[in-house]
Amino acid sequence: MAFDKMELKDIEVWDGNFAAAQALRQCQIDVVAAYPITPSTPIVEGYSKFLADGYVEGEFVMVESEHAAMSGCIGASAAGGRVATATSSQGFALMVETLYQASGMRLPIILNVVNRALAAPLNVNGDHSDMYLGRDSGWIQFDAYCPQDAYDLNFIAFKVAEDHDVRLPAMIHQDGFMTSHTAQGVHTLTDDQGYGFIGDFKPMNDMLDFEHPVTHGVQTEEDWHFEHKARQHNDLMTKVFPKIQAAFDDFEKLSGRKYNLVESYDMDDADVCVVCLGTSVETAREVATEMREKGIKAGVVGIRVIRPFPFMEIAEALKGVKAIAALDRSSPNGAPGMLFNELAGALYNTADRAMLSGYVYGLGGRDLTKKHLVDLYTELQANVDAGKVTTQLQQFIGVRGPKLSFL
Amino acid sequence: MSEMKKIKNLKEFSTSADRFEGANLLCPGCAHSIIVREVLNATNDDLVLSASTGCLEVCTAVYPYTSWDASWIHIGFENGSTAVAGAEAMYNALKKKGRLKQPDRNPKFVSFAGDGASYDIGFQWISGCMERGHNMMHVVLDNEVYANTGGQRSSSTPIGSSSTTAPSGRISYGEKKNKKDMVSIMAAHQIPYSAQVAPNKWKDMVKKIQYGMQVEGPVFINAVSPCTTEWKFDPKDTMLLTDLSTDSLVFPLYEIIDNHELNITYRPKNIVPVEEYLAAQGRFKHLFKDEYKYLIKEWQERVDAQWDYLNRREEARV
Repeated sequence: MAFDKMELKDIEVWDGNFAAAQALRQCQIDVVAAYPITPSTPIVEGYSKFLADGYVEGEFVMVESEHAAMSGCIGASAAGGRVATATSSQGFALMVETLYQASGMRLPIILNVVNRALAAPLNVNGDHSDMYLGRDSGWIQFDAYCPQDAYDLNFIAFKVAEDHDVRLPAMIHQDGFMTSHTAQGVHTLTDDQGYGFIGDFKPMNDMLDFEHPVTHGVQTEEDWHFEHKARQHNDLMTKVFPKIQAAFDDFEKLSGRKYNLVESYDMDDADVCVVCLGTSVETAREVATEMREKGIKAGVVGIRVIRPFPFMEIAEALKGVKAIAALDRSSPNGAPGMLFNELAGALYNTADRAMLSGYVYGLGGRDLTKKHLVDLYTELQANVDAGKVTTQLQQFIGVRGPKLSFL
Repeated sequence: MSEMKKIKNLKEFSTSADRFEGANLLCPGCAHSIIVREVLNATNDDLVLSASTGCLEVCTAVYPYTSWDASWIHIGFENGSTAVAGAEAMYNALKKKGRLKQPDRNPKFVSFAGDGASYDIGFQWISGCMERGHNMMHVVLDNEVYANTGGQRSSSTPIGSSSTTAPSGRISYGEKKNKKDMVSIMAAHQIPYSAQVAPNKWKDMVKKIQYGMQVEGPVFINAVSPCTTEWKFDPKDTMLLTDLSTDSLVFPLYEIIDNHELNITYRPKNIVPVEEYLAAQGRFKHLFKDEYKYLIKEWQERVDAQWDYLNRREEARV
């Protein structure tokens, strides 16, 4: 091979962006087509430096917009090779048209999304507005809570997405700045371990196989469109979960690190529970432990895979819980939050339908403090004691001005 | 570099490798299919093709059928050029890594798009592809209107024509803006080759396509594509309209090499008045009213001035 391997320490001090860039290097991407945007820029900067230093051998195409980045990725993927890129926020929003095209054409592209708020007003900090925007796009969506996850989930994403039974693109989400720019110890794989885990890319319907010409991106109207969309959804709902679980299992064997569709923390006997995403999961776990010292049986459920949404596993994880808070870090703009809705869907037909309330928090990078979470658990316990939800169903955490609550 | 395909005559040309099937849904008399055939028949090499959303795309890849016996991709309206650029990047990557399935081939990367998809919505994507130096060719099927969606104006729509979003009416002569000069804009990207072609001058077309396919780097081709539906002429007259477009010099045939060498590649023996070109099309019918006749005069002056400009550039070798 015409590139050099890199010697890594067992534990490196990396932020989430560099962890993702290192994972991409180890996965040996054939084509990266990218456009810079805060806070994801260091991923593609890191990757291009690896290229400049001879640690990767693929093509790096620095295009003129995020829409073109994903368009180039689609062309490259259809040509038949391993493809990845990264983006955030407005860039993600600009990509949306092509996200649907990538998944509809069943192209296993990997997209690292460093979550950031959506304008207006313009804001560079982390919230989940962009992540939520992508949730109907037909992609698999993994959620990282820390730089270690951002590193590991890239390998898992390639393994699942490129599986010929799946052939769907996948996103790895990490929180802007909180994960992307916060350096932590990251346990590494060797280059051989990392590449060996995902293996060589196996092309399918590749445009560069001239003995078998293929037509990609056809027109279907009312005669076939529904069947295509329904089958894609069917594959997401039935084929993807077992593949993800298998990849999680294999990854645990390789690294000792265990991932789950739903990450439960102190849930065995929990009365009250917070369900959230991203860096908030780690904060909530700390607070839950402290609440238990105060006699409140608190737990945390983090969602690891938000698309496809693990309804069964969520319902299982929340069995026996009395009061649940769904934390949404995106303005629902006229509705309950996404997590609130999905949890309601997962729990409505269960026997012990728990009390569910929704909280909107952290927009535009506003901190979620431990104090906020202490108050929240206390409120949930009050619901349990009263036997009913004592607040309005939708509340805002940490916003200045008069208290906002609805429903 | 692969060997250039030799083409002796039109009969041989028209029956050579048919990688674009006659089975398609394009209108009778549509020039798109003629142009696509001429481009594809200029080479025996393997092809990686794209079409941006538009007439060509919706008429040739309706599931479960395809008219393409070559690798082909459509993504959206604006990004067909970038789809091919991505495929070209993958070709380079796999070549470097020794993973091409047929390493001895010399594929050509060609994107087709209408004028709307090139002059307007896809402009930035094409500009990016040209600037980055992909080894690809972008071919505009220029029918000067959004024909696929029913005849709305684009920035290629010429002054005085009637379209559904710039119609002629009681107080309007239709389109008020002059056509964008894409060939010059693309040449200004310092690309190795930029040219205008027409399907009636097939030898000129083949020469330009073959040159474009042999040269390293991005190539831009603007092909006049008379549209029977939106230009409003009888489907049997497509070639007649094409002749009028080239011989009136409304569509002069020329090439720009490395943005500093302009060659006029076709000089009509008998230059036809622009009025004849306009008169052959329903979209200009209203210009023949007394109050708009001055526009026909202006048309002629503009075409003369452009022809003069091209001649001066050719003479000065700039």
